[in-house]
Amino acid sequence: MAELTYRDAVAAGIAQEMRRDENVVFLGEDIGAAGGVFKATVGLFEEFGPRRVRDTPISEQAILGAAMGAAMTGLKPIAEIMFSDFLAVCWDLVANEIAKTRYMTDGQITLPLVIRTANGAGSRFGAQHSQSVENWAMMIPGIKVIAPAFPADVKGLIAAAVRDPDPVIIFEQKSLYAFKGEVPDGDHVEEIGKAKVLRHGTDCTIVALALMVHRALAAAEILQRDHGISCTVVDVRSLVPLDTVTILAEVAKTGRLVTIEENPRLCGWGAEIASIVADEIFWDLDGPIIRITTPHIPLPSADLLEDNTIPSVERVVREIREKID
Amino acid sequence: MTLGHDIRLELYRSQLELRYCEKRAYDLFLQNLIKGTSHLSLGQEAIAAGFGVAMRPDDWTFCTYRGHAHTLARGVSMTGVLGELMGRQCGLLGGKGGSMHLTDVSKGAMGSYAIIGAHLPVAAGAAWSAQYRGTEQVAVCFFGDGTTNIGAFHEALNFSVIWKLPVIFVCENNLYMEYTPISTVTAVEHPAADRASAYGLEKIIIDGNDADEVYHTAGKYMERARKGGGPALIECMTYRHSGHSRADPGKYRPEGELERWLERDPIKMYRERLLGLGIVEATLVDIEGESMRKVDEATEAAKASPVPSIDQIDKNVWADGSTAWRN
Repeated sequence: MAELTYRDAVAAGIAQEMRRDENVVFLGEDIGAAGGVFKATVGLFEEFGPRRVRDTPISEQAILGAAMGAAMTGLKPIAEIMFSDFLAVCWDLVANEIAKTRYMTDGQITLPLVIRTANGAGSRFGAQHSQSVENWAMMIPGIKVIAPAFPADVKGLIAAAVRDPDPVIIFEQKSLYAFKGEVPDGDHVEEIGKAKVLRHGTDCTIVALALMVHRALAAAEILQRDHGISCTVVDVRSLVPLDTVTILAEVAKTGRLVTIEENPRLCGWGAEIASIVADEIFWDLDGPIIRITTPHIPLPSADLLEDNTIPSVERVVREIREKID
Repeated sequence: MTLGHDIRLELYRSQLELRYCEKRAYDLFLQNLIKGTSHLSLGQEAIAAGFGVAMRPDDWTFCTYRGHAHTLARGVSMTGVLGELMGRQCGLLGGKGGSMHLTDVSKGAMGSYAIIGAHLPVAAGAAWSAQYRGTEQVAVCFFGDGTTNIGAFHEALNFSVIWKLPVIFVCENNLYMEYTPISTVTAVEHPAADRASAYGLEKIIIDGNDADEVYHTAGKYMERARKGGGPALIECMTYRHSGHSRADPGKYRPEGELERWLERDPIKMYRERLLGLGIVEATLVDIEGESMRKVDEATEAAKASPVPSIDQIDKNVWADGSTAWRN
């Protein structure tokens, strides 16, 4: 085990796979010589050279198109879209091409590619560089969607995504890049599609993703210590495939579901989980489902405004106290 | 242009097969045996045929929703094509793709893409893969004049040039962007070729109704790309004999325009050229008969094929064959 930052775990995961497989290539804007605008890919260009780590122009359609064409002809590309907001300018490639091609061709074309992107708020970047758009991707049949919360998962899930024969999009939370955690040395691969129970409680089950997992854990600690409310915390990790077995089991045990979502309210991923829980274990519930989300607004920039927009630890504590007590 | 008779007869046969198959597709629509829409290449066959004959079997074709001809020109099963149009089990895609998504990877037909411009960067990516692995394969990407005004066209060109990728971009300028004359919506006279210089590329405009010229140009630039010479952008002047799609009778075309282009019908011109070169008419008549028989047989085989079974709906989203999004 070594202590790595979330950003170093990105480079570690990519490097692990590039060492293992010559067909793994990496492309994106500023990823090579510059080491990435978030410094998450430092060292890759030096180790693997410009043939395998390729800087691109600001051409997101070209980046994802190239990744797709390469993936269908024998390579395993990792494509970086610098900010997840920029997916909107190449969404055709994601939603119409990459996600649909395997089904449309009845399995003739398989696309083993990875899209990595920096997602989420907390950096005061305003409405076009701070969005949480994992729910956009979740709505499209044909692409796997993961969002790690911890450095070990970053490394292990990037590795799993590269080895996955299907297209995978990884949402890295940009305000977690400096977060440190233990990461297994050597070959480390996690399983895509498995949620992780991080804390066991008896009063409610909090289901969270990425940055919100950290807030859920902090809130659960305060709720236990100060208010005697005992919370289970589930890190969803993977929206597609969704580990409903773990989620349903953990919700059934406590009888209450709380989702904490950084995405705006409408059609957030928690709505789908709420629907599944209501459909399948309604009679195990002891009270209404609680969704704590970013309001349905574009994200503001100023410290105070942004901090009061995405779900905070204080807001999670307050809402759970008000609704569970 | 000195081409052997064998190549010329192959070009003639290919153009005929594409023509007859497209006409058959039209007839099958009228009989309601083909649903949805279709975008025919009638009048534009020389381009698909010229490239199809010039390409190496392991080269890759990327085409658009107007892609029946480009797909067939790679030697893809005609039964598979007509079957897909008719929604039959024997279709190339088992009925999941339809007219606008014809694909046969085993023949290098890497897909028909129905969102304008999307496949130009995809073709560039395949070319990158060939370059990376040193296979000397070339990706050929066909698109219409309307595509030259969308962003992906420009992104793909710049990208392919800076990475010196073995990809040939082939603009079929049939003068119309769907229903609108391309000249009325484009800043330059030649929508592809006049943009080439912006990417450091040669301005190439050829007669897209002349299969020999297409074949010759295709071979020249594919060979250059194979040897590391980078991409080319080729504008082929041509004309669509039918409307944009099945729903379009093409009434917006000025009087006499279609008739003038029918005089330049690629197949009619090519037949005259072959006769002028001393090829006996009986040889051509034989090829014509064989081509029509091939279309007839493919039609009957496709008609005889059952429709896909309903259980296919839940197959093949993922590489494990499933559609599961949860456990």
